[in-house]
Amino acid sequence: MKIAVCVSHVPDTATKIVIGSDNKSIDPSGVTYIVNPYDEFAIEEALKTKEKLGGETVVISVGKDANKETLRKALAMGIDNAVLLKDDNDRDSIGIAKALAEEIKNQAAELVFFGKQSVDYDNSIIGQLTAELLGYNCVSVVVDLKIDGNKITAEREIEGGREVVETSLPAIITAQKGLNEPRYASLKGIMASKKKVIEEKAAAASDKVVEVLRMKKPPMKQPGRILGTDKTAVAELVRLLKEEAKVI
Amino acid sequence: MEKETMTHQKGGSFLLQSTDPMEVFTPEDFTEQQKMIKQTTSGFVDNEVMPKANEIDDQKEGLSVSLLKKAGELGLLSVDIPEEYGGMGLDKTSSMLVAENIGRTGAWAVSHGAHTGIGTLPIVYFGTEEQKKKYLPKFATGEWISSYSLSEPGSGSDALSARTTAKLTGDGKHYVLNGTKMWLSNAGFADVYITFAKIDGDKFSCFIIEKDFPGVSTAAEEKKMGIKGSSTRQLFLENALVPVENLLGEIGRGHIIAFNILNVGRFKLAAAVIGAAKKVISNSVQYAKTRNQFNQPISNFGLIKQKLAEMVIRTYVGESMVYRTAGLIDRILENIDPNNEDASKQTLKGIEEYAVECSILKVYCSEILDYVVDEGVQIYGGYGYSEDYPVARAYRDSRINRIFEGTNEINRLLIPGMLLKRSMKGELGLLTAAMKLSGELLALTPQEEDTDDIFVTEKRLINNAKKIAIMTLGAAAQKYMDKINDEQEVLSDISDVIMETYAMESVLLRVEKKLKSAITDEILVDIVKTFVNDAISRIEISARNILTAISDGDTLRTYLTVLKRQTKYTPINTVQRRRKVADSLIQKGNYEF
Ligand SMILES: Cc1cc2nc3c(=O)[nH]c(=O)nc-3n(C[C@H](O)[C@H](O)[C@H](O)COP(=O)(O)OP(=O)(O)OC[C@H]3O[C@@H](n4cnc5c(N)ncnc54)[C@H](O)[C@@H]3O)c2cc1C
Ligand SMILES: Cc1cc2nc3c(=O)[nH]c(=O)nc-3n(C[C@H](O)[C@H](O)[C@H](O)COP(=O)(O)OP(=O)(O)OC[C@H]3O[C@@H](n4cnc5c(N)ncnc54)[C@H](O)[C@@H]3O)c2cc1C
Repeated sequence: MKIAVCVSHVPDTATKIVIGSDNKSIDPSGVTYIVNPYDEFAIEEALKTKEKLGGETVVISVGKDANKETLRKALAMGIDNAVLLKDDNDRDSIGIAKALAEEIKNQAAELVFFGKQSVDYDNSIIGQLTAELLGYNCVSVVVDLKIDGNKITAEREIEGGREVVETSLPAIITAQKGLNEPRYASLKGIMASKKKVIEEKAAAASDKVVEVLRMKKPPMKQPGRILGTDKTAVAELVRLLKEEAKVI
Repeated sequence: MEKETMTHQKGGSFLLQSTDPMEVFTPEDFTEQQKMIKQTTSGFVDNEVMPKANEIDDQKEGLSVSLLKKAGELGLLSVDIPEEYGGMGLDKTSSMLVAENIGRTGAWAVSHGAHTGIGTLPIVYFGTEEQKKKYLPKFATGEWISSYSLSEPGSGSDALSARTTAKLTGDGKHYVLNGTKMWLSNAGFADVYITFAKIDGDKFSCFIIEKDFPGVSTAAEEKKMGIKGSSTRQLFLENALVPVENLLGEIGRGHIIAFNILNVGRFKLAAAVIGAAKKVISNSVQYAKTRNQFNQPISNFGLIKQKLAEMVIRTYVGESMVYRTAGLIDRILENIDPNNEDASKQTLKGIEEYAVECSILKVYCSEILDYVVDEGVQIYGGYGYSEDYPVARAYRDSRINRIFEGTNEINRLLIPGMLLKRSMKGELGLLTAAMKLSGELLALTPQEEDTDDIFVTEKRLINNAKKIAIMTLGAAAQKYMDKINDEQEVLSDISDVIMETYAMESVLLRVEKKLKSAITDEILVDIVKTFVNDAISRIEISARNILTAISDGDTLRTYLTVLKRQTKYTPINTVQRRRKVADSLIQKGNYEF
């Protein structure tokens, strides 16, 4: 079976983000980029599935040359092949999904893993969009996965519990933390990845349907206030919750 | 051969020439693979080893070994083992990166280092084909753990005076070994002890001893001040029967193994202590930001900032020295064809070329870590003295680094000793340079050019520091001739001048290179300027001690005039610069420079 993993190259969650001078993108200088953390679960699940069922794995990313670093990391973890669908401009979600769908078709991959969301734009949507474009089944936010022949049994995380669902191949699975414990790239894997070639293609064309107008930092958190230490403070607290915070 | 001389810089030659910043290797130059190796090592250490620090310190049965095996699965035991024997066969920069990132585990880092370094490398470099095939694949996975036994109860620094003996049996099939070895790291769980003994009581030689050989046993665990989680024991050899094929290297040439392995051990130790220092800094700044006294975080106070800044400055300097040296060594090694039968010899020769730099790294970086842990404890106040906080262990674990791999005294004596030996052999023009200098030094140094080079003063001072090093070394050699080894205090001060010089230059070159390629980072400029400001004063004091010891009267007066001119410098406001360095650390919350 051909197994694909789609990954994104995102700013390290520990970096301080600065908004660029255009007010619509982040200033990339001094930002370190990493493999999207949820994609690591996707990569690991692809590797485990291949180890169990055999087949071939391919990792795909849409974006700039810099994404190769993330592709290389996936190769170092043990993925067989890598494809960069190049586009130097930022795309909206549907633009990314279209490019990926085309390549997945091209690769004839029957099982495709995504992270449940990318921690940069947090749209949590690309896996589902891609499934729709391909006509694949889709299970999102998966924390446990079993594949038996054509049959897929997946556990999803839902509010306050879990849901067990069944579907069949071809399918797209989006991975949630807990699905597995991503492996470290071994030194052997790292050195082997150096010799592998990352295939480069132009990403399939797509018109933007969503445009970023502006980016804003969240308002600064106000420091806490102590209104008093005994019950005389309660009335004031209630008033502030009503009038200032407007939560009750 | 010709190619080699063309592409590499001679060891110790930093004193004689200036280096183009674009030619130095720095942590900013790590390849994509090296960065991934660092990530793998860091991830493994933070998730698998650090959370078990307490159990490791209690020597929980089997824990250190199981972690070594896990490290083996990732390739972290075999960076220096050639591929044909199940290893990775990587460059020394990668090897140092692994050592650096494991360094913060303290005791476990010693277990790892003893196994992969002194335990494995003697076979890598001196083993026969059969020995390599038999042992290295097992060492690479951690199936077998190795240890190294050079020291004895009666011989430590003076390792060659070992008393353990070996005698060939009548049938010529075995050596019988008798003696007691001391301080074997990993002895408690090692399967192999690389052991030195004298054949017939005089031919110092090396043997591969397996734990199950007859007559071999270990004592109880030593009760140590620090690195408590590492196993340290004596090894008893009572008519121990060792097959002749387990002789390692040549009869009577054991010292070659011992000394060469020390060179490697020294640069790896330096990388490891820098890794440990970074962790202590990160912990200390995080603590300082959350500890409130006088209604504010103690990280607001000038005296805490001063400590944090100096911890960062020294560590950044040490790191610059470590990877500069790694780059120098790798530049030689990359020209060696691993399939050449002389590859091991050439590799050792390549590393030995930088024996002076290796000793510098060992001494200077182990003292950086001692400084950092000491101030770390201070920042934690009373809590730093409690075992409930990580800095107490870091403090205890640091201390051993000034003792093993050649004490810092022995290494301080080696640095000028090796330089002089090379000069006498005509390999390094230090003494000729000293002669030439003596005339030049009395001339007034030209005024600094008014350039827009922000480091113009620092460059002048570094250049002058080299002259001071050459002058003092030359003067001492001339005065004491072959009796110079009796003048340890002078030699040690000369070493300090040389080390400070290498330190200043390494950090300057790194920052210059970084500023050339990237955005300006003012903090790095502050680091360089503050460090050079202080180092040049330390050099002046050391040089004064040397000169007053070796001369008097008019000669001394002349020397002191020269020294004053060479160190002439308008001091800068280091208070303000240190505050900036500290603020940057406080804002980052982690050592990230
Ligand atoms: C925890 C630990 C782990 C160790 N692991 C290993 C190991 O795995 N394998 C191994 O073989 N060894 C190991 N050692 C031994 C270590 O290498 C020695 O302790 C070290 O070489 C110093 O020797 P010594 O302890 O005999 O001190 P000594 O040589 O007695 O030195 C005592 C003091 O005298 C100074 N001194 C000695 N000679 C001179 C001189 N000529 N001039 C000026 N000063 C001098 C020293 O610098 C030191 O300050 C370990 C030691 C420890 C504590
Ligand atoms: C073994 C031991 C025994 C002790 N015995 C006793 C005892 O018998 N009775 C008792 O009452 N206490 C005792 N103490 C407590 C001891 O006096 C305190 O640990 C000490 O006063 C430091 O306070 P702290 O630990 O809270 O550190 P902190 O006050 O939090 O200090 C942390 C760091 O911040 C620095 N710092 C704090 N304030 C400032 C400032 N304004 N400007 C600049 N730097 C600042 C400190 O110098 C230190 O480096 C003991 C402590 C230990 C470890």
